[in-house]
This record gives sequence, C-alpha cells and structure tokens, in this order.
Amino acid sequence: MHELSIAMSIVDMAQEEAERRNVRVEAVHLELGALSGVVKEALLFSFEIACDGTPLQGSRLVVKDVPIEVYCPVCNMPKILASMQWFCCPDCGAQTSEVIHGKELVITALELKQ
Amino acid sequence: MSHEPRLLEVRKNVLKQNDVIARGLRDRFRLQGTYVISLVSSPGSGKTTFLEKTLTLLRPHYRVAALVGDLATENDALRLARSGVPVRQITTGTLCHLEAAMVEHSLNDWNLGELDLLFIENVGNLVCPASYDLGEDLRLVLLSVTEGEDKPLKYPTIFNSADVAVITKTDLAAAVEFDDLTANANIQAVRPGMCVFKVSAKTGEGMDAFLQFLAQKHARSSQKTSV
Repeated sequence: MHELSIAMSIVDMAQEEAERRNVRVEAVHLELGALSGVVKEALLFSFEIACDGTPLQGSRLVVKDVPIEVYCPVCNMPKILASMQWFCCPDCGAQTSEVIHGKELVITALELKQ
Repeated sequence: MSHEPRLLEVRKNVLKQNDVIARGLRDRFRLQGTYVISLVSSPGSGKTTFLEKTLTLLRPHYRVAALVGDLATENDALRLARSGVPVRQITTGTLCHLEAAMVEHSLNDWNLGELDLLFIENVGNLVCPASYDLGEDLRLVLLSVTEGEDKPLKYPTIFNSADVAVITKTDLAAAVEFDDLTANANIQAVRPGMCVFKVSAKTGEGMDAFLQFLAQKHARSSQKTSV
C-alpha cells in the first residue's frame, strides 16, 4: 500500500501550485493509468486523510481512468487493450508490449473555489 | 449565472521527483560503467537465495556489489554478505518498496567506478515497486514454482514493468506439479517477448544460462559506454 504516500505527494504538489497562483482548490483532477500500479479506491481513501489539516482539507480528488493503449505492429495503429491480462491487439490478436498510455499518474487540473 | 467549475490546467507527474532522481542515477551508472540489475518478487520467492548464488558465481569474474531493501531486519544483508561481495542494507521501516532517493542515499560514499555490476533487491512485494524507477538497467521479476502459474495474471503491472522473468526453485517443480507451459504462456500474455530463465539456486541448475545472459548484457552496455 503506497497510495498514502502518493496521495500526500498529490496534496503537496496541488498546494504548491495553488499558493504560487494564489487560488483556493475545490478539487484536484488526476489521470490514473491502469498500469500505474496505483489502486484508485485506496488512493481516494488516502487523499482524504492526506488533506486533513492542510488548506486542501475538504477538497475532492477527481480521477480519470486511463486505459492501456498499445501500438499494434500489424494494424499499424494504437489500440486499447481489452484486458490487462492479455497484451495483444483486440482486433487482429497480434501480441505487443509497446505501451503508449496507461502508466499515467498525472495531475491535470485544479478546480478552483468560486 | 454559470455554475461551470473554474478549471486551472496544470500538468504535473506525481512521481516526477522519483523519476528525476532515477534519471540522475542512470546517468551516473552509465558514466561509471556500472550495469545495474534490480530484483522484484513476492516475499518468499527465493530472491535472496538466488541473489546469494548469483553473487557467489559472479565474484571471481566481476567486481560486484548489492543493495538490499527490507522492512525491518538485516537478515538478507547478512545472508548476501556470505558471498564475499560488498552488501549494504536499506531498511525501509514501514515503506513497502524502494524509491530512487533511498538508492541514491545508500550509494553516497560508494565508488561506483570500482563496480562492474550492482544488484538492487527490492522489498518483497508484487504491487508497489512497479511504480518506482530506481535507475536500473534491467529489472528481474522472480516467480517461484511454489507460487502457482497464474501469478503473472494476478500481478500484470509488475510483470509488465520488468524486463526478464526468472522462475526459481525449479528443484521443487515436480513436487508441486508446476506447469511450465502455462506459466510461460501467462508471462508472455502480460509481457509478450519477455525472456524467461528457469533456475534452482539450490542445485545450480539453470544458473549458467542466466549468468551468460548477464555477461552479454554487461558487455553490450560497456561497449556503449566506451564509445
């Protein structure tokens, strides 16, 4: 379980950005890849704890799931994996381990208090 | 009146700090000509036994050292030290994985220029270590025959993050009716093209092929360094 330390990093980074721009944060938007190694539910739970006692207390974490996108060498284009237990093209079945998306763990936006 | 939320676009990689340190480590390793191999697996898969055997066999031919992560004890470092190579323990306390900063810190006063190969044994955990780059050249994921053939399907993220799979404790394969073909198919399903070695650190079976592979990898990386 490393989600708490990741949640604390998210709070720190969001807070730093908010202070720099002199804004107050209502929610933090995050892209979370299926291959990031981070469990969404554990992260959401940890975020609340990590916010406690900080200016972000009471703010929300809005998670956008990013599916695994691989490059299919046969179809010659990016494809979304049907299952993370099966790294092959969902259309032609060719095996591929060239991952384009799915490892994201990125803060994309801060939702500001009105 | 509009109730659209006001969004401030930012784009920040949450693990940036770790990635920056890992990149620094990788540059440092390359500059010093040290080839770095990390090991990940579940607890009890035989990482330490496999590494002790590897260090012992490499020691006459290479300048080798090891870092070993453990939650609370120094038992693994003591076991690895029996191989006669320099070993340093990273005690992580309650942290379930190694981070690049810990590796950097424990290497502070080591002269990497004196090392051909450095091994980093991660904490026994098939989940958390997947997210953290340690600056290594090669990541090994270990799977013991006693764990069952479906481990790669249960933990695809870590298997996908690794470069090579090592199946350990093959001397017990018959006793636990380990199905080699299924295990290999599962590994290939989550990481197509992955190189797989089958070893028994106890009998030494399969160690030669693995060591040859390492020797090739090391030779190739030193060629690149010297160019």
